[in-house]
Amino acid sequence: MMLPSIDIYAANTVSREEFAVSGHRACQGCAEILAVRLALKAFGRNTIMVMATGCMEIISTPLPTTDWKLPWIHVAFENAAAVASGVESALKILMEKNKIPRKDINVVTIGGDGGTSDIGLQALSGALERGHKFTYICVDNEAYMNTGIQRSSSTPYGAMTTTTPPGKKSIGQSTWKKDMPKIAAAHNIPYVATACPSYPFDLLAKIKKAKMVYGPSYIHVLSVCPTGWRIPSNMAIRYGRLAVETGIFPLYEIENGEYRLTYNPEPLRQVGDYLNGQGRFRHLTPETISEIREHVNADWERLKHLCGVK
Amino acid sequence: MNAKKGIEVSIAASIAAKLARVEVVAAYPITPQTHIVEHLSELVANGELDATYINVESEHSAMSACCGSSAAGARTFTSTSSQGLELMHEILFIASGMRFPIVMATVNRALSAPLSIWGDHSDVMAARDTGWIMLFCENGQEVVDSIIMAFKIAEDRRVLLPLMVNLDGFSLSHVIEPIEFPSQEEVDKFLPPYNPLYTLHPDKPVTMGAYAMPELYTEAKYAQEMAIVHSKEVIVKVMDEFGKQFGRYYKPVETYNTENTDVVFIALGAINENIETAIDRLKEEGKEAGLINLRLFRPFPTKELLFALKGKKRVAVIERVMPGGATNGPLFNEISSLVHSNRMNISIEDYIVGLGGRDVLPEDFRDIFDEIKATPGKRTKSKKDKNFSVIGVRG
Ligand SMILES: Cc1ncc(C[n+]2csc(CCOP(=O)(O)OP(=O)(O)O)c2C)c(N)n1
Ligand code: SF4
Repeated sequence: MMLPSIDIYAANTVSREEFAVSGHRACQGCAEILAVRLALKAFGRNTIMVMATGCMEIISTPLPTTDWKLPWIHVAFENAAAVASGVESALKILMEKNKIPRKDINVVTIGGDGGTSDIGLQALSGALERGHKFTYICVDNEAYMNTGIQRSSSTPYGAMTTTTPPGKKSIGQSTWKKDMPKIAAAHNIPYVATACPSYPFDLLAKIKKAKMVYGPSYIHVLSVCPTGWRIPSNMAIRYGRLAVETGIFPLYEIENGEYRLTYNPEPLRQVGDYLNGQGRFRHLTPETISEIREHVNADWERLKHLCGVK
Repeated sequence: MNAKKGIEVSIAASIAAKLARVEVVAAYPITPQTHIVEHLSELVANGELDATYINVESEHSAMSACCGSSAAGARTFTSTSSQGLELMHEILFIASGMRFPIVMATVNRALSAPLSIWGDHSDVMAARDTGWIMLFCENGQEVVDSIIMAFKIAEDRRVLLPLMVNLDGFSLSHVIEPIEFPSQEEVDKFLPPYNPLYTLHPDKPVTMGAYAMPELYTEAKYAQEMAIVHSKEVIVKVMDEFGKQFGRYYKPVETYNTENTDVVFIALGAINENIETAIDRLKEEGKEAGLINLRLFRPFPTKELLFALKGKKRVAVIERVMPGGATNGPLFNEISSLVHSNRMNISIEDYIVGLGGRDVLPEDFRDIFDEIKATPGKRTKSKKDKNFSVIGVRG
C-alpha cells in the first residue's frame, strides 16, 4: 500500500527550523507559546499565520519587532477566522489568475479560548461552515489571560478568575467548560483534534494531519498558563500531563466524523492530583472536587464510547 | 462615446466593480444594498466576473475578510448599509490603520431605533472619522465613475487607504437611470492591476498588524493622517485623468449657480439634485441661490470649499442626520469650524432634513431660502432652544 503521506508516519522527525523565535515576551514557563512554536514547526515554511488578539499577539509583536519568521497578520480579537477566510480566498483567486505562483500554502489561524469560544465563535463557525482550507488552532489557557485572568466559557468549573472570584456566594466559575471541539465537529469538517504540548509528538502528528486535509480543520490545544493557573513556572508540562492523565483533558481526534482516542491514560488518576496544586482551585471543598470527579468520569465514559474503547 | 443604458443604480454599481476587475468580494446583505451584492454574486456565478465571492456570516466578518484578502494582495470590494456599517465599525479603523485599499459602496440608510430601512446619512456620519476616504454621489453615473476611480485612488502608493463610495439608499440605489458604461478596455487602460506594496506570502514574510507602544503610536497615526490629507492631490489628479479619458470631469467640490448670489446651500449626496431643482424654480421667481455640492467629504476639501465660499454671506447647511446631542450636525460643525478659523464673515444655518427617508421637496428649500434671506443668523421659530432646525417635525 502506498503511504498517503509520509508526513503522517514521520511524526518523530522534528524540523530544526524555528518560526517563533526567541525574544518574545511570554511569561516564564508559558505552554501557549510552546504549543504555537511546535505547531509552526509542523506546518513548516509555507504558512501564513492569522492571529487573534490575546497573549500570543501581545507577547510577540511590539512595533517594530516581531517574533514571527512566517508571514503573520493580526486584525482584531474576534475576527481571526474571518480574516483567514479572506486570506485563503485571495490566495486561491490570485493563483487561479496566475498572479502569484501556485503553491500549497497553509493558512493557520490562532486564537485564545476567549477569541475562539466566546467573542470569535460566530466568525469561526462561519469560516468552518464555508469550507475554507485552513487550520484553526485554539490555544486554550482557560481564561482571558491577556486582559488579566478573566473567565471565559472555556474556564473550568470551580476555577477562580478575576471575574469569577470565589466568595461567600460563589464557588468561582459556576458553569462547566464549553465543549469547543464538539462544536467545531458539529460543522462536519474533515478534521478535529485535541492536543497538548505536554505530548509533543501527538501534537505534531495532529498538526500534520490537519495540514493534509482538504477543507477546514480545528485543533484545540490545552495550553497551561502558570500565571493564570497560579502554579510555579517550571510546572507547565507537568500540569498538561496531569490534565490528560486524570481524564480532564482527553487527547482524541475526529476524522471525518470518526472519533479516536489518541492516548488512553487508564486507569485515570484522581482529579485531585490535578486540582490540588493549582492556586486557581485552592478554595475548592472536597464536595466540589467530588462533583468535578463525577463530571469528568461521565464525560470520559461518553468519550470512550464514541471512540469505541471498552 | 458609449451609449447610455437605463439601469438600476445598484446594478450599475456592481457592474462598475466588475469593470474594475475586483478579485475578492466579501459581503453580507442588508436593505437597500442587497441588489449590489446579489448582482455581484450573479456575475461571479455566471463566470462574467473572475473573482471569489465570500458569503460571510456578518458584516463584521465581511470587513475582516476584506482585510485578509487585501493583505494577501487581492483587489477587494464590499458593500453595506446602516446597521451593517455599524457592525463593521471596529474593523473600519483597522482597515485604514493597516492601509488596505479596500473599496466599499455604502448605501446610506437610517439607523435603528426606531428601525428604518430608508435613506439618510446616520450610518456614514457615525463612521466619518474612521480614516476612510469618503466620496458622495449625486446620481448613478457618479456612482459608476466613482467606483472605478476609487480603486485608482485607494491603491495609489501615496495613498493606500480604504475608500467609501456613498450613495443614498432607495432615492439613488433603487432608481433606474440612464448610465454610460465605459468599455472594459477603456477601464483597463485607466486602472492598472493592483500592485500591492507588501503582501502576506511565505516567500517574503512580513508581520502586519503589530501593536505599538506609546513611543510609536502617535507617529503611526500621524503618518496615516498625512496620507489621508495628502490623498486629496491624488484624488484631484485621478478625477482629472478620468475626465480626460472619459469626458466626465469631477471635482471634490462642485458648485451650481454660485456666481450670481451670496446665498448658498451646502449638502452631500443625491439631495443635491433636488436642491438644484429648487434653485431653478427660485430663479423663475427672480430669486438667486447657489449650491455647493461636497463630492469629497474625507479628506475634508478645505481649500476647495474656502474658494467656493469666497464672497458668500449666508449658508444653509443641509444635512441628513440628528446631531445626537452635539451643538449641531456634523456637516455644520465642519463648515463652521472652517469658516471661523479662517475669520470669514458668513452666517451659517443648520437644517436637518429627510431623516429615515422622509421626502424633501423643492418647496422645503424655497422655505429655507426665504428664512435665511429674511432672518440671517436669527433664531427661527423651529429652533427655539436648538442651534439647528429640523424640517417637517410634527406635533
Ligand atoms: C472587541 C474587543 N473586546 C475586548 C478586547 C480586550 N481583549 C483583548 S485580548 C482579550 C482576552 C484574550 O483572551 P483569550 O482569547 O483567551 O487569549 P489569551 O490572552 O488568554 O491567550 C480581551 C478581552 C478586545 N481586544 N476587543
Ligand atoms: S499569561 Fe499565561 S498564556 Fe499569557 S504569556 Fe503568560 S503564561 Fe503565557
